[in-house]
Amino acid sequence: MDVRYTPEQAELRRTARRLARELGPRTVADLDDDKRARRLAEAVCDAGWLELRHDGDGGPLASGVEAAIIAEALGEAVADVAFAGPVLGADLARRAGARPIEGTGVAFSPELVDIEMVSGPVTTSALYAVDVAPLGARAAFVLAPEGGGYRLARVPVDGARGGADLTRAVREIPAGVRPLPVPDQSRLLTSADLDAWRALGLALTCADLVGIMRGVLELTVSYARERKQYGVPIGSFQAVQHLLAEAQCLMEGASSIALHPSWGVDDLAPGDARHAGRVAKVYCARAARTVCETAVQVHGGMGNTWDCIVHVYLRRALLSSRWFGDDGEHLRQLQQTRLAVTHGLS
Amino acid sequence: MDFRDSPAEAEFRARLRAWIAENDPGLPVSSTDDEYWARQAEWHTALYDAGFFGLSWPSRYGGHDLPPVFDVILDDELAAAGAPPRPSLGYLVQGIATHGSDAVKDRFLPGLISGRERWCQGFSEPDAGSDLASLRTTATCDGDEYVIDGHKIWTSYSDVADWCFLLARTDPSVPKHRGLSAFAVPMRQRGIEQRPLRMINGITTEFGQVIFDGARVAAENRIGEPGEGWRIAMTIVSHEREPGEIGYVARYAKMVRELEQAVREDPGAFQPDRREQVAWAYVQSEMLRLHVCRRLSERLDGVDHGPGGSIDKLLMTWVEQSVGSAALTVSGSRAATDAEDLALKIYLYSRAQSVMGGTSQIQKNIIATRILGLPTA
Repeated sequence: MDVRYTPEQAELRRTARRLARELGPRTVADLDDDKRARRLAEAVCDAGWLELRHDGDGGPLASGVEAAIIAEALGEAVADVAFAGPVLGADLARRAGARPIEGTGVAFSPELVDIEMVSGPVTTSALYAVDVAPLGARAAFVLAPEGGGYRLARVPVDGARGGADLTRAVREIPAGVRPLPVPDQSRLLTSADLDAWRALGLALTCADLVGIMRGVLELTVSYARERKQYGVPIGSFQAVQHLLAEAQCLMEGASSIALHPSWGVDDLAPGDARHAGRVAKVYCARAARTVCETAVQVHGGMGNTWDCIVHVYLRRALLSSRWFGDDGEHLRQLQQTRLAVTHGLS
Repeated sequence: MDFRDSPAEAEFRARLRAWIAENDPGLPVSSTDDEYWARQAEWHTALYDAGFFGLSWPSRYGGHDLPPVFDVILDDELAAAGAPPRPSLGYLVQGIATHGSDAVKDRFLPGLISGRERWCQGFSEPDAGSDLASLRTTATCDGDEYVIDGHKIWTSYSDVADWCFLLARTDPSVPKHRGLSAFAVPMRQRGIEQRPLRMINGITTEFGQVIFDGARVAAENRIGEPGEGWRIAMTIVSHEREPGEIGYVARYAKMVRELEQAVREDPGAFQPDRREQVAWAYVQSEMLRLHVCRRLSERLDGVDHGPGGSIDKLLMTWVEQSVGSAALTVSGSRAATDAEDLALKIYLYSRAQSVMGGTSQIQKNIIATRILGLPTA
């Protein structure tokens, strides 16, 4: 047992944080700088990070730990680039023995908790493709039950972009769409495949939340050192110090708990990995909400204005918390698994 | 990164699990009744004699020279079996090992680790709580001895202790942080009076008050140099704040398992919001387990005596108090109608966690100024 990053993982972390910091938005106005956003997207693509979960001789090219390291770095810089979406699409394609299809994300059911299952000929509700490339995304995966397993299918993504998060696209796929076959799919997905894939989704959203907390805290602590009221920095007041100290603890706790599913994706039994993801998601979602709200509070009136970048972190946290299920969802699931309590019972 | 056991760790885990199955004394949940504290000493000795205590400490002093993550395995297995947690004295070992002379280490560490000699910690005083450095107990040099006068409080296990790790003022003429020294004071002598302190959950044998009235300690029992007391105290409290050092992960995991069992036996009796509190306590205890796993892994790079323990302490406090609240919730009206209700005692005891070892407010001051680098007022 040694849960430190390996030297290679530590190096990847340094590289990813440097790149995200250099090319990510520093101000709200930067979000409109398309040239910068394109450079960021190209850099992420050139680094090979979108291919981490492609097939590399029987398994993915890189583990969930590496993927989570990058997700955390991008979250820390509120980097406006698609990462988890395409990586999760590619992971699913690999598990189904299909060739990776560039620009293909995943279509989530309206609750954003899970990939949509389509049993009939057409989709029956509006679906959402989350964190797909703003321009390049053309399709999203759905599942069709078949012979005790699941077959991948594709629905076109052409709906409008929307959502709380200003850094990642959520695109609506209207109901009534006919899923198209995915070429060259060599096997059906099993429940175990899907559990491992969901664990990856939980690990990446947790890592993103940890990054968001780290980034927004750094910003807020420097603000508290500089902003003066009553002639002294507001960070010298215990009331402010204690808010920030609590936030720091939440970030550290979240960072510890998020490691487990990121490692578990490839090294735990799929059900156990998903369980580790659920446990981490409950903590990370709650922690991130509190940390981001603290950041808004410490920024005072300015923290409630559009031009202060703090809300960009809070908004991103709202999406990552919801995506793959929030704290409420997973606390309910944990009650089922650990307390032997089924849903309808009260 | 690897959460799996190495072959050596797996072998250790299997051996430990088999031993616990045979030797679990079946003590009640820790810190909730007097029987627990009375029998904790036997548990310490039994764990030590079987080779399962002091895992990461030097073999020269009775430890096993193992990597710190072996304590994660120990906590895991104790919790899984519902056995009592390991004795909480790693912080004293760290204090003596870091600051004691070779002679002091050779004299005191083996008995401390084996449990053959029992220790208490004499830091806090009635008028020196958070402001520990203002303490007034004096140690006055008298030939090759020091004479101790003063009043200590919140002294864990003072009723059974053979030794007191005492912080006392040796030089009143210098600023308060610089005039303190540390000593290993023999408890069984005239001049020391021990009075029990009854806590809000009714237990009387965990904490005590100790009155020193002309007690004596040999100068060779001084730990560190004269005036080094504050630095030593800070080493000790930084580790006293670490759940990895005091083994509390197993305590919380055991309590959560018992709460979960209570719900499983009659799930219909618990409204969803009450069950959610139990699930949240479980999540919190898992967070702490994984956090300790990370901290003890980081120790492979060397032990850090810095302010990070304050973060761990606050996390641990939140966990203990979540577990305490969940216990109260599960117990429902029993806690209100039965003064002996276990959940009531667990809940009441949990309130002390945000005070002992430095209040949560002190931890936040430390985190804000020493970790976040915020300016002091």
